[in-house]
Amino acid sequence: MHGIGRYFIFLGNLFIKREPANTYLKQIMEECIKVGIDSIIIVTIVSTFIGAVTCIQTAFNLVSPLIPRYVISLVVRDMTLLELAPTITAIVLAGKVGSNIAGELGTMRISEQVDALEVMGINSVSFLALPKIIACVIMFPMLVILAGFLAIMGGYLAGTLTGVITPQDYIYGIRADFQEFNVFFALIKSFAFAFLVSSISSFKGYNTSGGALEVGQSSTSAVTNSCIAILVADYLLAELLL
Amino acid sequence: MIEFKNIKKSFDGKDVLHGLDSKFLPGRTNLIIGSSGTGKSVLLKCMVGLLEPDEGSVLYDGRDFTHASRNVRRDIRRDIGMLFQGAALFDSKTVEQNVLFPLNVLTDMPKDEKLDRVNFVLKRVGLENVNQKMPSEISGGMKKRVGIARAIVNNSKYLYCDEPNSGLDPQTAILIDALIKEITEEFNITTVVVTHDMNSVMEHGDYIIYMYDGRKLWEGDNTQILDTTVPELQDFIFSSKLVRSMKKMENIK
Ligand SMILES: Nc1ncnc2c1ncn2[C@@H]1O[C@H](COP(=O)(O)OP(=O)(O)OP(=O)(O)O)[C@@H](O)[C@H]1O
Ligand SMILES: [Mg+2]
Repeated sequence: MHGIGRYFIFLGNLFIKREPANTYLKQIMEECIKVGIDSIIIVTIVSTFIGAVTCIQTAFNLVSPLIPRYVISLVVRDMTLLELAPTITAIVLAGKVGSNIAGELGTMRISEQVDALEVMGINSVSFLALPKIIACVIMFPMLVILAGFLAIMGGYLAGTLTGVITPQDYIYGIRADFQEFNVFFALIKSFAFAFLVSSISSFKGYNTSGGALEVGQSSTSAVTNSCIAILVADYLLAELLL
Repeated sequence: MIEFKNIKKSFDGKDVLHGLDSKFLPGRTNLIIGSSGTGKSVLLKCMVGLLEPDEGSVLYDGRDFTHASRNVRRDIRRDIGMLFQGAALFDSKTVEQNVLFPLNVLTDMPKDEKLDRVNFVLKRVGLENVNQKMPSEISGGMKKRVGIARAIVNNSKYLYCDEPNSGLDPQTAILIDALIKEITEEFNITTVVVTHDMNSVMEHGDYIIYMYDGRKLWEGDNTQILDTTVPELQDFIFSSKLVRSMKKMENIK
């Protein structure tokens, strides 16, 4: 409880007495590259396989001849867009980006670099964490869009290569009964997850004290706490918006 | 001038500072000495606002820092430079970017002027041709020099150094001490140095306060310190054989 209170104070500090916006632009660009471009490969691999697995498993479970085959790709589409693309991507990024943020800020804290910023009269919370949070909020949705697309592609490849569904059925299925809101919902989720992962990891890293061992612990707890927050937020958003 | 009055600080009910007063004048190397765990670093942190004292106040040229608003604090902090024990260079930036950093975020100087200033201070601390090196690629002594350059680049009026020569060989330590002293006199900075090193005490102690268990037990300069009658301070300075023999020679003279 105490930790949650401190987390909200930390969030408050992000926005008060921050430096002029132009100090952040270059940093935001750098962080976007670190968060976005450097995560493309892992997101590509994970989402393609998720789509492939979803397709094969759905096909395996749909044994009744009464159900048309195109339902397989319809299920792949809805599962990946609604749930798998945003959530799994966020969890993968919590592991990659979250631990990176916590490790970087934790190291800066224990080597007194954070103190050095404070002594210069800079609000170190916003100076260090804000560019990372903004970069995540910009890049996560893009990665989620990529993940959604690739997951459907992965399903197509797996489904057609193994012969469980014909290409025509698959294309028909992903277009049948399409709700645009689902894409919108995936984007809302990705914004929320981006904010949670980046702010929790920044908070954990920023509040490291001690030495190298504690930096490792902060990274670990940044990842576990981010994952828990993602799943709770996932549930709450589903409850609210669906 | 830096002045602090009745600084008290405790952590979880354990008193670390028991009400300290002192005054540090510009153009002089002011030393805070004392054995490990007596609260020197805590005092320094209270003075620059990294910790809030429970009681008392710190004044910079008469301006109350401890009870100041955010904006006043920020203004005062722009005049403060600090050399941290591990130099605390930003390790994702080159030497040049490190020294440039305070100018970038605190001033709106034109780019050329900033670079000139950076090269001037780097030269002043005796570093040339290392501008593009990363902090991990330079030695400990060089890091301290870069730390000093970064601390004074924005024309700081106040310079804090936490154990500037810890972890350095005696020769480099002497060079760093001398550099701090020269810069202090040259730019009329109010310099506060926390140190354990008896050599820097004897060489550069224009004004020394001796702390023991969160209290100030003695103050004076390096010509008076060997004649102290405070038993704790005697134990502190004469724990080294070198200083003991120095004292003996002085007596013979
Ligand atoms: N953040 C903190 N929380 C709790 N106790 C602290 C904290 N910082 C310092 N202390 C305690 O305050 C006392 C003084 O510590 P300080 O770091 O000021 O010593 P020092 O005089 O700088 O010693 P050294 O010469 O070894 O650096 C120590 O007993 C330390 O345990
Ligand atoms: Mg100390």
